[in-house]
Amino acid sequence: MALLQIAEPGLSAAPHQHRNAIGIDLGTTNSLVATVRSGSATVLPDADGNCLLPSVVRYLDEAGQVAIGHVALTAISQDPINAIASVKRLMGRGLKDIGEAGALPYRFVDAPGMVQLQTRAGIKSPVEVSAEILRALKARAEDSLTGDLMGAVITVPAYFDDAQRQATKDAAQLAGINVLRLLNEPTAAAIAYGLDNGAEGIYVVYDLGGGTFDVSVLRLAKGVFEVLATSGDSALGGDDFDHRVYCWALEEAGLSGLSPGDARLLLSAARQAKEALSEHAHTRLSAVLQDGLLVDLALARDTFRDISRNLVQKTLLPVKKALRDAGIGADQVKGVVMVGGATRMPQIQQAVAEFFGQAPLNNLDPDKVVALGAAIQANLLAGNKQDEEWLLLDVIPLSLGIETMGGLTEKIIPRNSTIPVARAQEFTTFKDGQTAMSIHVLQGERELVSDCRSLARFTLRGIPPMVAGAARIRITFQVDADGLLSVSAREQTSGAAASIEVKPSYGLSDDDIGRMLSDSLAHVRDDIDARKLREAQVNAQGLIEATRSAIAADGDLLDASERNVIDTALTACEQACLGERTRDINEAVGRLNQVTEAFAARRMDRNIQRALKGQKIGEL
Amino acid sequence: MAITLSESAAAHVSNFIAKRGKGLGIRLGVKTSGCSGMAYKLEFVDVENPDDLFFESHGLRVYTDEKSLSYIDGTELDYVKEGLNEGFKFNNPNVKNECGCGESFNV
Repeated sequence: MALLQIAEPGLSAAPHQHRNAIGIDLGTTNSLVATVRSGSATVLPDADGNCLLPSVVRYLDEAGQVAIGHVALTAISQDPINAIASVKRLMGRGLKDIGEAGALPYRFVDAPGMVQLQTRAGIKSPVEVSAEILRALKARAEDSLTGDLMGAVITVPAYFDDAQRQATKDAAQLAGINVLRLLNEPTAAAIAYGLDNGAEGIYVVYDLGGGTFDVSVLRLAKGVFEVLATSGDSALGGDDFDHRVYCWALEEAGLSGLSPGDARLLLSAARQAKEALSEHAHTRLSAVLQDGLLVDLALARDTFRDISRNLVQKTLLPVKKALRDAGIGADQVKGVVMVGGATRMPQIQQAVAEFFGQAPLNNLDPDKVVALGAAIQANLLAGNKQDEEWLLLDVIPLSLGIETMGGLTEKIIPRNSTIPVARAQEFTTFKDGQTAMSIHVLQGERELVSDCRSLARFTLRGIPPMVAGAARIRITFQVDADGLLSVSAREQTSGAAASIEVKPSYGLSDDDIGRMLSDSLAHVRDDIDARKLREAQVNAQGLIEATRSAIAADGDLLDASERNVIDTALTACEQACLGERTRDINEAVGRLNQVTEAFAARRMDRNIQRALKGQKIGEL
Repeated sequence: MAITLSESAAAHVSNFIAKRGKGLGIRLGVKTSGCSGMAYKLEFVDVENPDDLFFESHGLRVYTDEKSLSYIDGTELDYVKEGLNEGFKFNNPNVKNECGCGESFNV
């Protein structure tokens, strides 16, 4: 018979109506899924007892078969192009946003809005790669719970902007997960420690993961977590400590020029030694290299502390910066929450304790704390708790506003407003007889438009001609409980209106995703092929449209023969789209990308020139 | 007769109550619904009802009411793992039929 959990008084579920909800920590290095069973938050392990799922997806063949987690992780060095790790860094990001793109082994495809990856299973967007990870976690949860899954709370870094949040939500939708809410990771950690139950004050969340370091300053007041400041280092984590031990071992054993296989062996021995030193004051680092050479070294905690001292110090710089940004002194902090496996290292605990003058909160497993908090929030949103004196609210991490004349940002919803929220502001026309207004939606704290992130643009038309300054245009910003934005504009005298739901301009619309989902359910057998085809078509159509609009705008940059080549490639692309051959479509897309490359470069030059011109006028 | 907890169920119940931070015990009951007639109720107890009955098992209070008792008398509540799933299972000697999923039953 079915297995039951103990419900809160009066909240027993009817048969087959379980309100199963999960929390997902979709991490850069590892991901976890947790739920609340009989009132206790617990992380769900896989069949081998592993709680952590390495956030690695490997495309195994052209049909799009995937391996996820540990299996994919071990293949990274032999198949770097098709085994995608740390995809979270690419979510909602264009190629230009990724500073480290040159250092990554992937074949990037520059697509409008979000970068894509060329794999042996075709071109994949970071959303699709993340969806594979989420699908694996969802399957694990379904195997672990009685009855259907109602939904999930998924955590995102506090600094994620709208595009990155939307991309995360889309990935969940593609994986067939109903997103109850997106929750900031530091907020989730604070919830796991029960800080939301009354302990008002300022908290710092120190999150040292495998490859990233984030620090957040939160203020809890009346059940609302406000993110006062975030800082961090996107290239600092536990892996760097492994590497320090590895370098130390090379030096001690007098080794150099190791083969990649030996390097991996020694690095994993270094990691084991590091982990052992969290429990013991001494350990041995041993590995047998491929030529039979035995490396066996004694490593003391004190030595490890010395060789990693500057890494520990490096984490304190972002901590100081975040406190400074928040205008808070270290002595005003009420508690420090430790997140991430790397915070188990005693020297980290000690450095944090010394810096803040108090012992950090560390009695929950730092790998699990974010997922546990997400599960607690999910359980609440699913309606499994009754005594709700605390209604947890989240806040907008970055201000939202629009562009005004002169390339300046006018904030409409300031950062740290609790969500859901709606705010309106009135604007007017700039020129006599102006009948349309272009509305450029921005996110960020900076004054100049060029320093903020552009989220969307739309145009309000049909403004009756009036003298400049006479029209009254009311612009309303509305943010739902997930932190996602819709913007509407209305001219008050004529009633002319326009609105937009802010979908960052990458890839798939809700309808596309919905269609892909329902189709894949209806045709399970040819699901993979159908999905690949549709994705290729959506991708191709996006490119065709982008090319068309580029030609319409800047067609004069092309001479007749160049124009001819592009037109031919465009037609071929359209033809391929009508067919059902994924490979043909992808080839046509590749060709079109190739022949428009020079054109794109010229357009960019022109835009830069225009932008520079605009600035001069502004200065005058 | 009585309602009892297996050793494993008792260990889990006391752990869950400790983590929850409050609770006098648990309540087992039946309500009419489900595809096979009746469904189990399993809840924490914070307040006793005037017509409550309770049994002691492994030092824990197991509450029920008279009407429910007639359907679940003799039940042993067990805690089991099935694959990745785990939870409480009613070993109820009164059951004649249950629906395929076992979430509702008939006596």
